[in-house]
Amino acid sequence: MLKTLFQIGKQGICTEPAPDLGSDFLLPAHRLRNEILEVLGRSLTIREVDAGSCNACELEIHATNNLYYNLEGLGIKFVASPRHADMLLVTGPVSRNMAMALKRTYDAMPAPKIVVAVGDCTINGGIFGENYACCGGVGKILPVDHFIHGCPPPPIELLKGILTAVRLRYGHPIVQGK
Amino acid sequence: MQIADFTFEPERLATPVPIWRATCPVSDWQEVAHAVAASGGRLVSLWGSDRRVRKAGGYVISAAYATAEGLLCLELRLGQQGESYPDISASFPYANRMQRTIADLLGLVAEAMEDRRPWLNHGAWPADYFPLRHEVTGKEAFPACELQDYPFVRVEGDGVHEIAVGPVHAGIIEPGHFRFSVVGEKVLRLEERLGYKHKGIDKRFEEMPAKDGYRLAGRVSGDSTVAFSWAYCMALESICNTRTPARARWLRALLLERERVANHLGDLGALANDAAFTFGLTQFMRLKEDWLRLNQHLFGHRLLMDVVIPGGVAVDLENTGISELLTQCQGIAKEVKNLRAIYENHAGLQDRFIATGRVTKELATTLGLNGFAGRASGIPVDLRADFGMAPYGGHDFKKAVHRNGDVAARVTVRFDEIAESLRLIRLFATELAPGEIVVPLEAVAETKLGAGWIEGWRGEVFVALESDGEKIQRCHCHDPSWQNWPVLEHAVIGNIVPDFPLINKSFNLSYAGPDL
Ligand code: SF4
Repeated sequence: MLKTLFQIGKQGICTEPAPDLGSDFLLPAHRLRNEILEVLGRSLTIREVDAGSCNACELEIHATNNLYYNLEGLGIKFVASPRHADMLLVTGPVSRNMAMALKRTYDAMPAPKIVVAVGDCTINGGIFGENYACCGGVGKILPVDHFIHGCPPPPIELLKGILTAVRLRYGHPIVQGK
Repeated sequence: MQIADFTFEPERLATPVPIWRATCPVSDWQEVAHAVAASGGRLVSLWGSDRRVRKAGGYVISAAYATAEGLLCLELRLGQQGESYPDISASFPYANRMQRTIADLLGLVAEAMEDRRPWLNHGAWPADYFPLRHEVTGKEAFPACELQDYPFVRVEGDGVHEIAVGPVHAGIIEPGHFRFSVVGEKVLRLEERLGYKHKGIDKRFEEMPAKDGYRLAGRVSGDSTVAFSWAYCMALESICNTRTPARARWLRALLLERERVANHLGDLGALANDAAFTFGLTQFMRLKEDWLRLNQHLFGHRLLMDVVIPGGVAVDLENTGISELLTQCQGIAKEVKNLRAIYENHAGLQDRFIATGRVTKELATTLGLNGFAGRASGIPVDLRADFGMAPYGGHDFKKAVHRNGDVAARVTVRFDEIAESLRLIRLFATELAPGEIVVPLEAVAETKLGAGWIEGWRGEVFVALESDGEKIQRCHCHDPSWQNWPVLEHAVIGNIVPDFPLINKSFNLSYAGPDL
């Protein structure tokens, strides 16, 4: 026990500041949490579905939860049930064997049903292409709000992408000029 | 009958580990399997190909057997009209799913095999559509339809009920279906149904130039990208008779060990988390993140994708990089040692780990459990040491082996392997020979078979490639999870349902790898 406490004390806090989304968006990064609260009235909940990825995208999604990125600290949470989710985070080019499960997960979600596709192969199948077993992109099955590029996208890009998708959907009052 | 008694006249492939190929007459197919099993060998992979368009070609079934001398790739030529071949699941029960996959992809069935349920074909394409046959392009699209029901084996009895899980799981995990039959909270039976991630990778390879295939191989299972891309490159280099420069060989091994450490770090954290000791998760996730960031900094990719390329590696390690690497290894070694002491002294954690999900050596042998999980059940197989492939040979490589075969043993083996990999990384980095990191591949005159065989972090990764150096005629990637998934079904028997995540994580098998 002592050792555990000692390790915790020694480690201190490693969380890094949230990413800055650049000049398109007026809000400074540190107000993200308030912003999400403002828009959704609560934290943002995400259901992740792997629709045929190579699993590397999952590894990076996991990493967003580590203490450096501290996703939960920003008010973003992964949930087990689509019934509790505001956002669907999809990886993989959508194998035909997963198409129905993906669609059903989406159908089970309440509004706002934001869909974010993670990784290059979600765009058009990427390296896996399109064939008898592979639908060739998430767009073939669901309306996608935002694609996050990368193979796999590193955690910081995932964070940016998730936040961008929320802002795109709720343009006002966040996006400049509105 | 001994393996030596068969008249194969095997041909040695130009690989850094001993791999042979030979043709086997149909009359010997089952006997060879039996002889390999009896002499302690293993079935590494089983796959089919359609060579009907090639001169004197036909359908071919291939089996790769690991023997004490090396890997023997045997081909069974079925001719133009072939429809069936002898079943070898009596010698190797784990051939079952591989044979069902061959039936789904090529329409060739193993005679007398009782279990004929489709494995990859869930009903999204017609039962008489065989994607690996030459007459189809693989691009055919079929109207969306309801997937078929799968006849799971039913357990009857008083108070038995079923729990169905998946394909979409509760966490951020790959999809697959688990059907538990339980009494109270005790698991009587688990049956897996996989194949949800099948995306036609085998067929996809055939559209790619051979020089680009390593990228797809590196995305068969993202956590094993170095192992798969290396195995692919080894196969292509053996076809092109090209020897990689020493510096590249050392760098490849260094990358493979970095991949191993990254995965063990992540899983050790997740295992503690599954036993409600979140401290372990946060600590190990931090170490893993540090580890991946240095990968990005030194090799340009956090998970090391596309760094191993045909002929060598894509990125060199500068001297400054070497010193960063050494410092990091030292730091991580110390931290992992501290955390290990915390794990070992944590009564709650040990209580969950010890005697949970036990796989005996006998069971592990029968079912072909391989990789670190096999070593945790007392099977001392590790390709890095067994054939002394450079640069592993001559470093007093220590295999991590344990007897108990429970979650605790798999945790111990993972800790031991991290320590050994950190030692190797430091050695490899300091020994790096000067010189080139990549050489061009030599041209080849005809289509040949090449193979690659690598001890990935999870287990034996194998790639068989048929190519003329330009085009890919056939590429088969084999993930060790093929063997290990059925073992998981046995490992959970008699355990309680809440221990399943823990047992599952202790193996951490790939879905993408075998689904292809
Ligand atoms: S985008 Fe790349 S890393 Fe992500 S699942 Fe697809 S192939 Fe894998």
